[in-house]
Amino acid sequence: MSRFFRNQGWVAGLLALLIFLFVITKLIQPGYGSGDFGSLARAVLPYAFAVAAQTVVVIAGGIDLTVAAMMALTSVTAASMMNGASEEYALFVVPFVLAMGLVLGALNGVLIVVTRVPDIVVTLATLFVLQGAALLVLGAPGGAAAEWLKASVIGTVPVPGLPDWADAWVPKALVLLVVCLFIIWIPLRRSRLGLSIYAIGSNELAAFRSGVPVARTRIIAYALSGLFAAMGGLSLTISTGIGAPIPGPYLLASVAAVVLGGVALGGGKGGLLGPIIAVFVLRLVRTDLTLLAIDPNVTAIIEGLIMVAVVMFGAFITIRGRPVGATP
Amino acid sequence: MTDIATMPQPVSFGRRLKRFMADRPLIPLIILLIILVVILQILRPGIVNERWLANTAKFAIPLAILAGCQTMTMLTGGIDLSVGTVATMSAFIMATQIVNQDPTVAFLLAMLPAVLIGFVNGIGVGVFRVHPLIMTLGTSLIGTGFLQVYQRTVIASGAKIPDFLNWLGTGLTYGFPNALLLFVPVAVLIVFMLNRTGFGRLLYAVGDNERAARLSGVRYWQVITALYVLSSLLAGITGLLYIGLIKAPSLSLAEPLVLPSVAAAVIGGTSIFGGRGGYMGTIIGALILTVLTTLLTILQMPEGGRRILFGFIVLFVTAAYLRIVEDR
Repeated sequence: MSRFFRNQGWVAGLLALLIFLFVITKLIQPGYGSGDFGSLARAVLPYAFAVAAQTVVVIAGGIDLTVAAMMALTSVTAASMMNGASEEYALFVVPFVLAMGLVLGALNGVLIVVTRVPDIVVTLATLFVLQGAALLVLGAPGGAAAEWLKASVIGTVPVPGLPDWADAWVPKALVLLVVCLFIIWIPLRRSRLGLSIYAIGSNELAAFRSGVPVARTRIIAYALSGLFAAMGGLSLTISTGIGAPIPGPYLLASVAAVVLGGVALGGGKGGLLGPIIAVFVLRLVRTDLTLLAIDPNVTAIIEGLIMVAVVMFGAFITIRGRPVGATP
Repeated sequence: MTDIATMPQPVSFGRRLKRFMADRPLIPLIILLIILVVILQILRPGIVNERWLANTAKFAIPLAILAGCQTMTMLTGGIDLSVGTVATMSAFIMATQIVNQDPTVAFLLAMLPAVLIGFVNGIGVGVFRVHPLIMTLGTSLIGTGFLQVYQRTVIASGAKIPDFLNWLGTGLTYGFPNALLLFVPVAVLIVFMLNRTGFGRLLYAVGDNERAARLSGVRYWQVITALYVLSSLLAGITGLLYIGLIKAPSLSLAEPLVLPSVAAAVIGGTSIFGGRGGYMGTIIGALILTVLTTLLTILQMPEGGRRILFGFIVLFVTAAYLRIVEDR
């Protein structure tokens, strides 16, 4: 019971922090309105998917360094496939790219299981491979995205029964994010598979002895991570209209948001809601810095410092929380 | 006939080969290097001459020093991904500060960020126990941010490459590259330190069994902090050498060397899990990668393909070493 309170308390605290930041934003920029919220949601989109990808693997007791490179690869693949193609062709591109993420993610898992090399080394090696593949697909930023896809993240969703002013606060990007994440996460969390993912992250040996198929569960966790990363890559292509082969700072951001979201880096704890709120917190801090007219390069430094501080704090908590005598 | 019956079970050839490779990792590496050079000579008859040798050495030296940073950090079970940013920072600061500063002052200014980043890395890894990969990635992001801000402030003053660095980076004396004047002492120092000093032994001890090292009274955080500062210092010096070789200060000068530096250390037989390896293997690993790069350039393999290959090399070699260690 107390654990339940502690976990939910963390998410509640984050939510309070988020609301506090919104208040600060409103104070800095009294004109901050629904339009700005919409652009915040659009900016959050790729980060949120990157964080979801990292969260699944971290809960399963691993870490996935390929998140950013996977996003770059799927993004350039989508952008170069849609370049000069018809609008309808994109209907084929989207499932293809998602399947590609799923398969490449599963490949990460298979390599970890088969070679028995630690996940951090395997994903470092596949990070090189995926970066190289992204450069082969598209040497420089370019490509295109279908118009209907671009329209899918701009504007708001009309909700029946809601007045116009409230409607304006429901940006399409946010709805897309929530639908995509929870259509996968909620059934997963309730299923035997979801329980297995938590089990292998919590104690692999105990899970194995209780009959959890550890290898298969691990592969599936990495496959889901790849799928989420592919969604992130697609959202990058959709929101920018092009694909860029050099990955953005999504890897560190995903780890920082996972830690800030209350998911223990050791595995087996936490949920998806915390990290997603953490992403909003991190992005909103950036918005505030920009509104304060701080040089964007300085903003990047401050953001990096915050992320490193969060990761350091998370690691510190992990050592403190470790039971006495446990192996590191 | 009876002799055979009384002889102990014959050891299979594969096992013997494995044992041999594990005991003397340098010999198969040197054979591999010679094979690569022979292939190069067959593809482009006459390419292997005095000038080619000097050129190969010139490009292998910066890589070998950076791979030395990876070797030392990998011996403790870590990795230093900030070397690229550190080298770029010191090179860029040197090139811009030399314009209106005394060379000594410029040199000290160039080394300052290196020491700072190394110190922060050391504290993060040693005290807060952040995974080295995440920590060094974070500090390299912050460093890049600082470099971008710094670049704005010196845009007016311009940059120039000091004659001395030019001489060191590209000059030849009696057919030998001048860079050897820097490299030989550095290499001797690293080899001596790892094999003959207490600090070197501590690195192996911490990497082999951290808990045992701690219980025997090793101050873990002090060792790690000293190690990362040393690694950053070496990276900074490499940056100065590299700017003399490339002669074009840019904000991504040494970034392309990061992946190969990890690959060189891994090929050289240093275990990424810590406790095993040495610098001699790494030097040959750097030579192998430089020759391989020449070979791939002749075969017109694009940058992306090269990265993919390096990724597979890291994965394959790590998995192979794991098998060899498990066998014994």
